[in-house]
Amino acid sequence: MSNPAALLARDSFIERDARGRVRALIDDGRFRELIDPFQRVTSPWLARQGVVTQSDDGVVVAKGAIDGQPVVILAIEGGFQGGSLGEVGGAKIAGALELAADDNRRGTPTRAVILFETGGVRLQEANLGLAAIAEIHSAIVDLRRYQPVVGIVAGTVGCFGGMSIAAALCSYLVVTREARLGLNGPQVIEQEAGIGEYDSRDRPFIWSYTGGEQRERTGLADVFVDDDSHAMRGAVVALFAKGRPAVERSDAYRHYRDRLSHYDPTVQVTPEIVRQVFLKGAGS
Amino acid sequence: MERLEFQYSAGAPATGRAVVGVVGSGDLEVLLEPADAGRTTVRVTTSVDGYGKTWQAQLDRVFLGASIGPKGPAVALEINDFGATPGVVGMRIAQAFGALHAASHPNGGPTP
Repeated sequence: MSNPAALLARDSFIERDARGRVRALIDDGRFRELIDPFQRVTSPWLARQGVVTQSDDGVVVAKGAIDGQPVVILAIEGGFQGGSLGEVGGAKIAGALELAADDNRRGTPTRAVILFETGGVRLQEANLGLAAIAEIHSAIVDLRRYQPVVGIVAGTVGCFGGMSIAAALCSYLVVTREARLGLNGPQVIEQEAGIGEYDSRDRPFIWSYTGGEQRERTGLADVFVDDDSHAMRGAVVALFAKGRPAVERSDAYRHYRDRLSHYDPTVQVTPEIVRQVFLKGAGS
Repeated sequence: MERLEFQYSAGAPATGRAVVGVVGSGDLEVLLEPADAGRTTVRVTTSVDGYGKTWQAQLDRVFLGASIGPKGPAVALEINDFGATPGVVGMRIAQAFGALHAASHPNGGPTP
């Protein structure tokens, strides 16, 4: 990373917008969008609250192929309302996943990639966003019975709230160094636990616990890649080639519960302790 | 939030459509679609109220000036703005027109 020429030659994945990320992942950059921006299915709730809408409600649903196999890519645009999921964007993701599962039941082996760049539910849409995220959870669990569901947290928004649960339900999770993954965002934790416990402005501290590298080292993410479009596509191709995992991470909850029971909360936790807690006895 | 509308003379209908940008802080989304020959319309929804004259000046620069001009393709532009500066507005519109060529290719997605 210290080589300026290599840095300039790199094709950053993080710097791409949602549609650009789809183009980087999908075969030949070719795809067909479902509920594309020109259909103007926008949030009916934001406008009423004086918030400018985006024509795709911040979610791109792209159909095409990866490695010659049918795929649907669901890309959340982190730049629009922090990637928050409302009624429309949530329904686009849930509906597309349900269609992919239907495809599989009819003999078309459609797979899914979800690009998580989201703070979770869109507060302006409250329960409708929450309901949509619950539908996304169900749809991931349904689809992964047939095909691996690959989640990507690239950054820089990261993945939080109910959508962090969606990420955890994916068969495989790909992260970069810029990624963060956690149920609560740093500012929420600081507000609840106090700045002495958790300083949301301390970036190295935040990333040392919830950053992509730590998540991969603790086994909560599967692949750690550089911020490089080719590397990202390569990681997705390799994961699909592996097929479904022997045990889905969320089905291994007994293992994680057991590991947490070995954590001594009287000792101030460090990133190293977290790694020891999660990795001990991780057989597979 | 404020809605504004502008009209300009134009040439033949555009041959494709394009979407560029994001409704994010200091940025905007531009949707470009073909319009009937002779007339370009620009519909702006912006999060910042009271800048109608600034929009007029910047759009005049684009559609009356050298970059697109009154002979440019006739388009219906929809702009969803989240506080972009005039410079960013100009660049995003230029990007949308630049994407027209790619969008008219059968292999391309909606943007280059």
